[in-house]
Amino acid sequence: MTRPAAVLFVIAVLGAAAAAADIPLAERKSGYEFMARETRAMQDDDSANPATLWVLDAETLWQRKEGSAGKSCADCHGDARTNMRGVAARYPAFNEARGRPIDLEQRVNICRTEQQRATPLAFESKELLALTAYVGQQSRGMPIDIANDAHIRPFLEAGRVMFTERQGQLNLSCAQCHDDNWGQKLAGAAIPQGHPTGYPLYRLEWQTLGSLQRRLRNCLFGMRAVSYPYGASELVDLELYLMWRARGMPVETPAVRP
Amino acid sequence: MARALINAPAKAKRGEVIEIKTLISHIMETGFRPDSTGKPVPRDIITEFICKYNGEEIFRAELFPAIAANPFLTFFTVADETGTLNFEWIGDNGFTATESVNITVE
Ligand code: HEC
Ligand code: HEC
Repeated sequence: MTRPAAVLFVIAVLGAAAAAADIPLAERKSGYEFMARETRAMQDDDSANPATLWVLDAETLWQRKEGSAGKSCADCHGDARTNMRGVAARYPAFNEARGRPIDLEQRVNICRTEQQRATPLAFESKELLALTAYVGQQSRGMPIDIANDAHIRPFLEAGRVMFTERQGQLNLSCAQCHDDNWGQKLAGAAIPQGHPTGYPLYRLEWQTLGSLQRRLRNCLFGMRAVSYPYGASELVDLELYLMWRARGMPVETPAVRP
Repeated sequence: MARALINAPAKAKRGEVIEIKTLISHIMETGFRPDSTGKPVPRDIITEFICKYNGEEIFRAELFPAIAANPFLTFFTVADETGTLNFEWIGDNGFTATESVNITVE
């Protein structure tokens, strides 16, 4: 059987793979630092960052009464700029009722279904992306702060395994690229450290805003591994591990990436 | 209506060169992409953008399918009088959007 050229290419790139080790805080770099000057300029100026269009939509959505409870987000949470400050920096967070961590998308949808008594918003829908970008923006500049307690630890461990173990038809691990070979190139793209500091973010390749799960499914697809459906617990565990791995780094939401 | 965002100075000195930045939400569907059944997705783009300063046209652009979604256009003008900047986007399927901002010139 002849193997696809991509396999040989990837093996060449990863030839010098060392054992996966945590990147110390001082050496952690956001994907921002690997971007071209022009792409950074888009993120630096809200009026040039297309994600601002979603944030503006969310300011309206935040006030809109929804569902059979007839309540808006603002009715319970007041002004997002003060009351949502710091929230996104500690998600995914443990949810008692579910006995497991939930991400920000799931948290918003729980409020939709249980508090507003409305239908849940679809993953990657304009409205869910807008609301999570808006909530996320209120944590901009704040350090990522994931609780690492007895409740969270088993899920964090599951996420770590998912990150460090080889998977998929190319037999690659996330860590081989993002811990061991960051700063190198994969085809034309720089391999970043893979920190989830800016989500949801505007990706030029997508021509739209997208969630962290969309990004993770992209990398899993590239590895020819199972990419899991949106909302799968495997993806939430991975999000949790990535946020913990990026602890102390400032939130950039909504960022821009190439 | 489509969401648009204008970034222009609210105040300027007479004769000053000012930068105007405009961003609008639009999918800019090229017309060349197939859908999941193989049929081309019909073209849906903005085709024209016009900026007027106190009624006088100061900038115009034609847009084409190769332009990215959510077009971001920036340009410069000379602030010569207090008044209004009007922006208009025109596109396929009867798309129109307008926006305006005021500027005080001292
Ligand atoms: C073969 C190398 C490779 C593997 C394996 C890989 N990635 Fe990536 N990843 C990349 C590249 C390259 C990018 C940047 C993409 C771009 O800019 O176009 C990226 C981007 C990312 C980002 C976005 C970072 C940012 O700044 O927004 C995250 C998060 C990420 N990867 C996580 C993962 C996870 C989790 C896995 C394992 C499931 C994984 N990656 C596997 C190469 C890889
Ligand atoms: C009827 C009241 C109500 C409405 C309406 C409501 N929520 Fe909530 N929300 C709550 C309560 C109560 C909690 C805390 C639940 C808990 O701690 O378990 C919460 C928690 C949250 C959190 C997590 C806060 C944290 O500190 O972890 C976010 C984010 C959130 N809501 C977003 C929203 C959004 C977005 C909307 C509108 C789509 C909304 N909520 C609508 C009552 C509401």
